[in-house]
Amino acid sequence: MHELSVVESMVGVVLKHAEGNRAEKVTSINLVLGEMSTIMEEPVKFYFEILSKGTIAQGAELNFERKPLIARCSVCGKEFKVIEYDFTCPDCGSLETEIVSGREFRVESIEIE
Amino acid sequence: MEVEVLEGVFDANEIIAGENRKLLGEKGIFMMNLMSGPGAGKTSFILRTLEGLPENSRIAVIEGDITGKIDSERIARTGAGAIQINTGGSCHLEAKQVNTALQKMNLDTIDFIIIENVGNLVCPAEFKLGEDLRVMILSVAEGDDKPLKYPLMFTESDVLIVNKTDLLPNTDFDMAKMKSVVMKMNPDVEIFELSCRTGDGIASWISWIKRKVPGDAVG
Repeated sequence: MHELSVVESMVGVVLKHAEGNRAEKVTSINLVLGEMSTIMEEPVKFYFEILSKGTIAQGAELNFERKPLIARCSVCGKEFKVIEYDFTCPDCGSLETEIVSGREFRVESIEIE
Repeated sequence: MEVEVLEGVFDANEIIAGENRKLLGEKGIFMMNLMSGPGAGKTSFILRTLEGLPENSRIAVIEGDITGKIDSERIARTGAGAIQINTGGSCHLEAKQVNTALQKMNLDTIDFIIIENVGNLVCPAEFKLGEDLRVMILSVAEGDDKPLKYPLMFTESDVLIVNKTDLLPNTDFDMAKMKSVVMKMNPDVEIFELSCRTGDGIASWISWIKRKVPGDAVG
């Protein structure tokens, strides 16, 4: 249950950007969550409700966009969806790959008033 | 109005991890982050490592536990400096807690820091601490299916220690299958099979880590 400290820092990011834009209220928060992230939506919502209380983000809607786990082969350049965490390139069989998406937990944007 | 943010939620932790790394770099200290589920043998592995390195090695251990100081007391008995961090319920260590611990230590008298993370196969993998090396332990008693159940830990680690190999005859643990799964997830990982109880296999880990820690700090 590491979502508590993670949501603390998420609320910090949201408030920093909201206040920097002189917002009076944050109405929604758009989050990007990778398939491989260990973060779960439900506890994020639960802790957000508690941690945003009394701030301008209280009551904001949380929208999650899930990103699939995609890797790129460093040898042949092929981008492929990783299935069952097997990072072998389906085209050339190389294991020299890098993750393109699927690891992230990011605040993409916020809607403010 | 929509405002673009594009900021990772873990960025704040990673900035502090970077500061830790810089501080350790200036002091010429090598730091290892040891992670595993509860009971896989982290403390026993540290004790075996301390025992295997030369007596005059300048090593300190940072112990992360939710509560209590049993582990740091076990370590302190070896003569190595041990600092206990109690996370007070939190399931992992964060860079900030390690930073606070580093401030309390006399870094001029240390060459090698071992961090024993909180026993948990999930959360610690998400939090960089500023370490040079990430080591995880899987004990055979936990089963060979763990890599696909807790993938992030296995993809994030530089070293996989397979502990409690003395129990192999009493389990269905399929070493070859587990290794082939892990090698597809993380082809660069170094794997050591050993038993902290019998001492079997410890020597090859010791000679590897001796080469890994720069200079002649640990002999």
